[in-house]
Amino acid sequence: MADHRTHRRRRGPATYVFRLIVVAYLFLLVAWPVSLVAQNALEGGFGNIQAILEDPDVAHALRLTAVVALVSVAINTVFGVGISLLLVRYEFPGKRALSALVDLPLSVSPVVVGLSLVLVYGGRDGWIGPTLEDLGLRVIFSTPGIIMATVFVALPLVIREVVPVLEEVGTEQEQAAASLGAGPLQTFRRITLPSIRWALVYGVVLTLARSLGEFGAVKVVSGNVLGETRTATLVVEEKYLNFDRPGAYATAFLLALVSVACIVIVSIIRPKERRT
Amino acid sequence: MSIEIRGVGKRFGSFVALDDVSLSIPRGQLTALLGPSGGGKSTLLRIIAGLEQPDVGEVEIEGVDATHLPPQKRNVGFVFQHYAAFKHMSVARNVAFGLEIRKRPKAEIRARVQELLELVHLEQFADRLPAQLSGGQRQRMALARALAVEPTVLLLDEPFGALDAKVRKELRDWLRRLHDEVHVTTVFVTHDQEEALEVADEIVVINDGRIEQIGSPDDLYDHPANEFVMRFIGPVTQLGTDYIRPHDLELLASPEPGATSGTVTRVVRVGAEVRVEVATDDQVVTVTAPRSVVQAAHLAPGVGVYVRPVPGAMTVRAGATATSSAEGAASAAEVEEVGARGA
Repeated sequence: MADHRTHRRRRGPATYVFRLIVVAYLFLLVAWPVSLVAQNALEGGFGNIQAILEDPDVAHALRLTAVVALVSVAINTVFGVGISLLLVRYEFPGKRALSALVDLPLSVSPVVVGLSLVLVYGGRDGWIGPTLEDLGLRVIFSTPGIIMATVFVALPLVIREVVPVLEEVGTEQEQAAASLGAGPLQTFRRITLPSIRWALVYGVVLTLARSLGEFGAVKVVSGNVLGETRTATLVVEEKYLNFDRPGAYATAFLLALVSVACIVIVSIIRPKERRT
Repeated sequence: MSIEIRGVGKRFGSFVALDDVSLSIPRGQLTALLGPSGGGKSTLLRIIAGLEQPDVGEVEIEGVDATHLPPQKRNVGFVFQHYAAFKHMSVARNVAFGLEIRKRPKAEIRARVQELLELVHLEQFADRLPAQLSGGQRQRMALARALAVEPTVLLLDEPFGALDAKVRKELRDWLRRLHDEVHVTTVFVTHDQEEALEVADEIVVINDGRIEQIGSPDDLYDHPANEFVMRFIGPVTQLGTDYIRPHDLELLASPEPGATSGTVTRVVRVGAEVRVEVATDDQVVTVTAPRSVVQAAHLAPGVGVYVRPVPGAMTVRAGATATSSAEGAASAAEVEEVGARGA
């Protein structure tokens, strides 16, 4: 009974004031602007959306964005899990440096990421870009460059989700599996992967949302060529600058819809309570 | 011999966990590695399992040199203090894990899991998740899981350390009975001398990375090789320069040869026994005696008494050092029987 009292304190007026502040803050900063995008996009029915989907250049941009996002997610998932295991399970010189490096993409502006990639892979005067171009591989102003920029920007998301869970799970279950005859691959597939699966799913969703929405880094490395290297976010900017507001809002709405859908789906299928 | 350990050493940085340890563990017995925390006993167990690599030395399991074998090739069962249950699998799948890895036929796995769950009394919990079990039940599940693969040796690392006193006592008796049924060579680590004395056929006392003594529970209690073993196992008090069991002392009303005079400072009743503390010139000696004796002598604080070892009492001289190859306490020079003097 005593527990009850401590947990349920009387709600004074202050409680309601704080709630009001939080709700107002979130409404003004997030909910209202996003809902206005939806409202503008859906003005006059689905006509705007249908129009951009029928525009071959926009359709190409959406396809490109989808391909780039999916490839980036795949790469970041594999390397994210690998780097997480490295950071948690192994001791090696330079481990702290690697851990700090992983956070770099979060702190560096995407524009800087784009420019640095151009310096290395630029076709004319990059560091190894000309050599690659002679071998027939174009990186900058092409899909590989867009993917690299996106991978770079979204790199920490899987790792930052998986690392704390790996630390919490510990190594005893893996050791138990080994003593029961499981090899390293079997242990990973049957024990490690199931223990981190929800963190991994969440990391993948965040990566997907980030990859779909990346703008700055992609703008620098893509060259923004219509119908070739223009991605969906670049379309939004282009249409907005060219006073095609309905088209810009419709494209932005589609992008936001996919990201929001990802997060909603995960929060529905994710178990309500973490089982211990 | 089931497990042979020869000259094993292990350091963690500058900390010496094990220092040139050699040990033979007999087949089919229940052996306890007993010692204080940080003494190296868990490290030794993990080296036997392959979860830790020795810096020097060799480990042989059933005649096979296992020193460089990974844990999955050693066919040992390992039970962890904190269970290491596979949290995302049901109890039955936990137990089946080793058999599934070995790709046994489904029907065989089902039958074997059922059999093991009955052995550990968890058959009605087969479909639960580990989180839905109590600590004692989880540890029994872990034991069934380790036994499922029919290991050549079963290794338990402080298996009851995380459980409360009552459950610990139950599981301890149960482990002894289980071992009498299954007869697998079992090594368990504990820092609880009572647990080791009650359960084990043989006890290996480990301290500071070295083996202090190996022997049966009776051996260790009656013939400790040195001061450390004597103090670690069973009650002990000091009379002059000798360590002695409090029940190996007698209280006399008048001076006799070999007796030390003193004054009673405290009388405490513990069950059927009475613990009497006697202050001599320079120390406080604890004596335990049956209640009737104490009552007959009218012992109370302030009464003058004489303390003397009973005939045949075993003593260990203070400061006696350990010999790592202690094979039997009787050979250790520091241990003396005072029978001749007392009689």
